Amino acid sequence: MKRFAELLDRLVLTPQRNAKLRLMRDYLADTPDPDRGYALAALTGDLVVNSVKPGTLRALIGERLDEVLFYYSYDYVGDLAETIALAWPEPGTADVAPPLAAPLPRPAGAGKSRGYPKDRERARLKDVATTLSLPFDDLPEMPSHRRSTKSPPRPAEETEGEGARAREGRRTASSSEEETGPPASAPPTYPRPPKENDAAHSPDPSDPFGWALASENTATPSHAHGWRQTPGIGHNAPPLTLSDVVETLQRTSKLEAPRVLAGWLDQLDSTGRWGLVKLVGGALRVGVSARLAKQALADLGGKEVNEIEEVWHGVTPPYRPLFAWIEGRAERPESRIRAPFRPVMLSHAIADGEVAAITPEAYAAEWKWDGIRVQAVVEGLAKRLYSRTGEDISSGFPDLVHSLDFQGAIDGELLVGGHTMEGFRLGSFGDLQQRLNRKVVTEDVARRFPAFIRAYDVLVAGGEDLRRLPFRERRARLERLVAGSRSQRLDLSPLVPFADADDLARLRAEPPAAVVEGLMLKRWDSVYEPGRPKGPWFKWKRDPHVVDAVLMYAQRGHGKRSSYYSDYTFGVWTDGETGPELVPVGKAYFGFTDEELTEIDRFVRNNTVARFGPVREVVHQPDAGLVFEVAFEGLNRSTRHRSGVAMRFPRIARLRWDKPPAEADRLETLEALLRG
Amino acid sequence: MLHGNMAGTRSAFYIRIVRPEDLLCPGPSGLHSPLGDFHIDPTRPVPRALITHGHSDHARPGHASVLATAETIAVMETRMGDAFSGTRQAAALGETITINGVRVTFRPAGHVLGSAQIVVEANGLRMVASGDYKRQSDPTCAGFELVPCDVFITEATFGLPVFHHPEATGEIRRLIASTGQFPERTHFVGAYSLGKAQRVIRLLRDAGYDRPVYIHGALESLCRLYEARGVALGDIRPATDDSLSRDAFAGAIVVAPPGAFEGRWARRFAEPLVGFASGWMSIRQRAKQGGVELPLVISDHGDWDELTATIRETGAGEVWVTHGREEALVRWCQLNGIAARPLHIVGYDDEEAEAT
Repeated sequence: MKRFAELLDRLVLTPQRNAKLRLMRDYLADTPDPDRGYALAALTGDLVVNSVKPGTLRALIGERLDEVLFYYSYDYVGDLAETIALAWPEPGTADVAPPLAAPLPRPAGAGKSRGYPKDRERARLKDVATTLSLPFDDLPEMPSHRRSTKSPPRPAEETEGEGARAREGRRTASSSEEETGPPASAPPTYPRPPKENDAAHSPDPSDPFGWALASENTATPSHAHGWRQTPGIGHNAPPLTLSDVVETLQRTSKLEAPRVLAGWLDQLDSTGRWGLVKLVGGALRVGVSARLAKQALADLGGKEVNEIEEVWHGVTPPYRPLFAWIEGRAERPESRIRAPFRPVMLSHAIADGEVAAITPEAYAAEWKWDGIRVQAVVEGLAKRLYSRTGEDISSGFPDLVHSLDFQGAIDGELLVGGHTMEGFRLGSFGDLQQRLNRKVVTEDVARRFPAFIRAYDVLVAGGEDLRRLPFRERRARLERLVAGSRSQRLDLSPLVPFADADDLARLRAEPPAAVVEGLMLKRWDSVYEPGRPKGPWFKWKRDPHVVDAVLMYAQRGHGKRSSYYSDYTFGVWTDGETGPELVPVGKAYFGFTDEELTEIDRFVRNNTVARFGPVREVVHQPDAGLVFEVAFEGLNRSTRHRSGVAMRFPRIARLRWDKPPAEADRLETLEALLRG
Repeated sequence: MLHGNMAGTRSAFYIRIVRPEDLLCPGPSGLHSPLGDFHIDPTRPVPRALITHGHSDHARPGHASVLATAETIAVMETRMGDAFSGTRQAAALGETITINGVRVTFRPAGHVLGSAQIVVEANGLRMVASGDYKRQSDPTCAGFELVPCDVFITEATFGLPVFHHPEATGEIRRLIASTGQFPERTHFVGAYSLGKAQRVIRLLRDAGYDRPVYIHGALESLCRLYEARGVALGDIRPATDDSLSRDAFAGAIVVAPPGAFEGRWARRFAEPLVGFASGWMSIRQRAKQGGVELPLVISDHGDWDELTATIRETGAGEVWVTHGREEALVRWCQLNGIAARPLHIVGYDDEEAEAT
């Protein structure tokens, strides 16, 4: 358990992909079965154990630690799970304050209030929180709770002086959540999974931290004066392993789980406790995608990650046969499940010089849809929907999966759309986002955002593997398959007729729908080859949108860039209460050259107006500041950014030293884009 | 309680009963002794200052006279130059000096080289101003000595139950392991220049690490002082040697004040991996926000368990908390039936407190 916790600890703080891979690979190499298998399952999100709710954990610590001390701790640390792990009494320390119901003493610093920030100040704090990818939405709750209640005295009603620190805590709070966001290379679309801290925000204003609930759960322990046992002390019990934890939890009832958990927390050191709390808390949130964990496994055995994907759904934790194969001790495990995933074929971006060689004789053209790539597989009664990396996402799309009535495996784009009074309406990528990153979906969401597959390839039909056939023949088979289906959730991505390269260029410039992001060009004779072979398939994306935006905040980078301000939040103009003001619309950390980075870094250092930890606020006035030409692929509505919009895949295209900030773009320009 | 000043009373049974506030009391310049007419770790220039240790918030320049351990005086000279005070006197550990009838004894505090608790006694009342202290073992300074007392004056830098400092040797092992796992990256270790830096280097040596350790210029004079005082640091070299290429630092350990890694100074190194040796590093969000990849929980202050155990062991009936997270420690004392109050001394921003 300790080693696994140390791995999580390193992963959480390691931003570089390659360093994460090395940490995981080394762990998998040095850790025996079955521990490493369970660890891998935990990292890929495939480990199923009884989860323990934050409220339960809080009740457990309530039996061990005075609630005022717990409040001070939570206030300081910010994250509930981390607070519990850290504040849990260390093995061998017997003097734990009993949970007395004494009134809260007036804390030090009370009266030295900085006051709750005015709206403007709040806006600024929100920007900084957004820049740091921290959730901010829970902050506004604080002052009203603080003011709204007069009695009885509760921790959260402390004076405003505490407010500043509480906010500090809040901001540091739950930034583990950012780990669930996209990896560094993905567009910052800020999906918001359910928050682990939500439980901490009781709607009852007199009980903003849910204390009433917690003490209810705790009851007053009858052993309130002789409470703690310290098992393990004076015993030579072997150290707790990850397998002990997982296997015990799997056969422990939900009712018993808290007691078992408490026993373990008593044995572990603080890193171990933190790892354990993360493990039982559901998602790990250590900034590792399932794909990356599988890549680490592939690295361990010198395999391609696609090979792992192909067998993945046929194996279960702790994956002994998988490791045996990876280490060359056994044959490749047979996929035993029905409707397995098959690794997908990817395209290259076409280079300018290559366009001229595209002829309708050699290539088919299709629209490149702006959804997500999926593989739908039906084998007998088994129906599954996979992401392009092989993640089984069926449970998020029960409506779609249920409707699939073919036998085979098809490749296509997941989009949102459906028939309305005015005919078929295609949803935007923003609509699709309502359906993404959900383990389950409510009926209401499924009805408002119906998902369907726009098919463009077929890998298997009627039990026959078609991947060795040329695209021309596969296309014919696909058309037959789609025509034969009665599903309302399946249609065909049409071929786009064209005469020559010029024709293509014109089509690309004027796509028929907002959810088209360019053209796909596929050789008629291309076989379906997993990976990214050079030549058979090209994508030709439409030109990115560009906007002139003003640098507002800069954050220090990591690793090679740890001494540079390299992550930039920028904004565009809108009308504020007191005249034009800038609102952030995105954040970018690439697109510039090393020389430009040095120049921007110098500008940031010389034009800082405020500092918030690693973030600097940079001068952004109509007549002073730095304008970026920002390129981006699309826009989403966002509740994170004050502006209400967020860019997809933004990057710094050019530095506009010549342009005064007053001439940067306005929010209306972006909003028009959003409306399509 | 009887009032202390009974001067004027002519009685054969004259007993002068001293209140704690007569012996030591918090004032605008820090802790002051009305009876002894001296200050402990004053935050402004005073005629007579007793200094617990050399960190800049406790040891300030400009006092008329200074009483401190010989090591602390040496540290002050190194940091502030020869003219840091009018006169100075070295206090030997364990030796009692009487100042205006108040008995003063310096006892080791285990914080940094030369650090001492100051034991102040008069008429049977004993108070201990512990300055900053820790109980964990530290090869670079004398270990904390427990002094039973009536009033214990404690810091609370890590005065929250969330702070548990693991054995520093384990943290050092993680650092060395990382240099093996990432041999192409320069391992930065942020460490405060007095005490922490030398302790990290010494712990590396004790763990068998015998490669050169590169240090920032700001650490040089204090490292020399430690060596002169018998703390061998092995092969330490300036990190700013321009004859060395970037590659020379691959896999090497570079120790510097924490701020150095954010500055342009850091650009001379290959693929830096930023570590930071501090008690704050047990809070992961804090490490993350500071861009720290390898947090090393190594502190020169007591953690929660050390603070509370020390308070218990001194047997003090009353506890004063100088700085840090006073409210939680005061709360703990109250729950355990010990009178306690925060002093709100302004100006003790512990060096570590300026973290990240």
